[in-house]
Amino acid sequence: MSSAFSTFLQQVINGLQLGSIYSLIALGYTMVYGIIRLINFAHGDIYMVGAYIGFFAAGFFGRSFFPTLLVAMVGASLLGLTIERFAYRPLRYQPRIAALTTALGVSIFLENFVRQFVGPNYLPYPRIIKVTQIKVGDIQFSNIQLIVLAVAICLMLGLTFLVNKTKIGKAMRAVSFDKDAARLMGINVDHVISTTFLVGSSLAAAAGVLVGITYPRIDPYMGILPGLKAFVAAVLGGIGSIPGAAIGGMVMGMAETMVLGYMKSSYRDAIAFTILIIVLLVKPTGILGKPMSEKV
Amino acid sequence: MRHKFTAVAVVVIMLSLFATLLAGCAQKPATQEQPKPEAPKEIKIGLIAPMTGDVATFGQSTKNAVMLAAEQWNAKGGINGATIKIISEDDRNDPVESANAALKLINQDKVVAIIGSVASKCSLAIAPIAQQNKIPMISPTSTNVKVTLEGDYIFRACFIDPFQGFVTAKFAAEELKVKTAAMLYDMNNDYTVGLAENFRKHFTNFGGRIVADETYAFGDQDFRAQLTRIKATNPEVLFLPDYYQTVALIMRQARELGITSIFMGGDGWDSAEFVPLAGEAAEGGFFSNHYSPDNKTPEAVAFIDAYKAKYGAVPDALAALGYDAALVLFNAIEKAGSTEGKAIRDAMAGIKIKAVSGEISFDPNGNPVKSAVILTIENGKQKFVKMVNP
Repeated sequence: MSSAFSTFLQQVINGLQLGSIYSLIALGYTMVYGIIRLINFAHGDIYMVGAYIGFFAAGFFGRSFFPTLLVAMVGASLLGLTIERFAYRPLRYQPRIAALTTALGVSIFLENFVRQFVGPNYLPYPRIIKVTQIKVGDIQFSNIQLIVLAVAICLMLGLTFLVNKTKIGKAMRAVSFDKDAARLMGINVDHVISTTFLVGSSLAAAAGVLVGITYPRIDPYMGILPGLKAFVAAVLGGIGSIPGAAIGGMVMGMAETMVLGYMKSSYRDAIAFTILIIVLLVKPTGILGKPMSEKV
Repeated sequence: MRHKFTAVAVVVIMLSLFATLLAGCAQKPATQEQPKPEAPKEIKIGLIAPMTGDVATFGQSTKNAVMLAAEQWNAKGGINGATIKIISEDDRNDPVESANAALKLINQDKVVAIIGSVASKCSLAIAPIAQQNKIPMISPTSTNVKVTLEGDYIFRACFIDPFQGFVTAKFAAEELKVKTAAMLYDMNNDYTVGLAENFRKHFTNFGGRIVADETYAFGDQDFRAQLTRIKATNPEVLFLPDYYQTVALIMRQARELGITSIFMGGDGWDSAEFVPLAGEAAEGGFFSNHYSPDNKTPEAVAFIDAYKAKYGAVPDALAALGYDAALVLFNAIEKAGSTEGKAIRDAMAGIKIKAVSGEISFDPNGNPVKSAVILTIENGKQKFVKMVNP
């Protein structure tokens, strides 16, 4: 295997791993948007809180991976439910800008809440998984990269199953399609929306724990940048589309990695966002987005 | 711990508020008539440092040391009989916050001088404001050349980046005897760019070759793409001139990718949190610094003892320089015999004192001329390697 080719493969692995994190966060954005047409700016902060819950859970469970992941996901779901119930539901029939502003408020609240009560400093994340190196030819990667990728793919497959094959998934799709008609058909819309927040938040928490393991430091503002990039990924994939968010995240991660790996590193964000603009110029609804007509 | 503290603080505040309310009710008629007692004469000095955020330990060390210096001076009777009062502001290592803090300190608190900030990017935001208002400013640790070029009211207590770049490059070429080096640094940070440029310049002069020059943006957590690229060039040294939080992440990812190069860097590595974050990956790394607790001058020993007694920890270089910055300023105000900006500035320009990190006197640009030390990480501890003179 030539060294240029093995470097390329190494970069592909790097890109997939980064992309899977973006995808997991992007899924939450896109699900919430698909159901209630709200860009939930607090989503990046739910991801942050998920990482923190994992941080404390890891101490409690003696650093074993699956209980930690599970507790973080459950904890963040409860947070997502609470936010939906007390911040967004009262505004459901108000102009959309009201909920959007509230989302920004919730975001700032969560950041400062954690800053105040846990502390503003970076915390070194516990090593839940022992790092081992895997070497295939010239390519070297860690077991953590594989685990991140595997967990992300499993969660995405699980989500696809939930949305396409279960009753609640059917209800979600119905609410997303037409909220009022769904209500007339006897679907409990509030319940469906709550479930959406629950699922979206638990995915964000999973991403938070995976990031904590991969880049072992967390801080109250860790959600801002990945949140923003995941939002871009969701738009790129077609906001409201679940496979779109997964693909959008992967495209973002891969594009960033390849720019860093083969062009000048300072151009990374410029090129990544140029790709976004080009995709949106060609296909304004995103890669997998369906053409939408504004309801009047 | 913090939880408990916050809870206790809340209770205490509420109780004291309640108590003042009651006391206020009872005494109201009496206190209104009384004239205010004459305030003791005090000299207000502003301190701007990152007490929270990505380099929080830097700010905390700096503040501890400045407070210690002020306490010691006040115990001796203050400056020319006036008590020193330090008003400290947290800039979270964000230049916008630094500028706001400087404006607040100058306009609202009417400080006579400013100590701060830690990072060059923050000091660069404060310097023009201090210069315009003719308030003398001394940064303990901002090593970027441009900081003191803002004007004649700006000083610093540390050496500058070209020297730090020179010291690390010289050590790499002459002591480690390496020929190739790669660099990875934050492209938007004056400190990291300054160090990288100077390392490149001097390392090339010593006959070395820079085989990879890669950057990232502040807040990045994933460096695998750049590191994979660096790995392909197989450098003997990987120069990482950033602060400990970021360097720790880079080091771990580099080792995970199988990079075996020797890591080198600057004074940004100096933190008690560095080794816990970087783990094994930090072992065998070399970095330049302003001072080492192993360097035993009488001033350093006295300072280390006092610091240990008060805070229960060995002071790092940030603390040493914070202390030195405060000493320079206090001595200058005493010598000037006035709290007027111009007088303090002139006294500072001509000062010559023995401080913790060596003897301090200023060149015409407000930079002290002094030596540097090279430290290494061995068994999770900093170890003194050698001293390098200008």
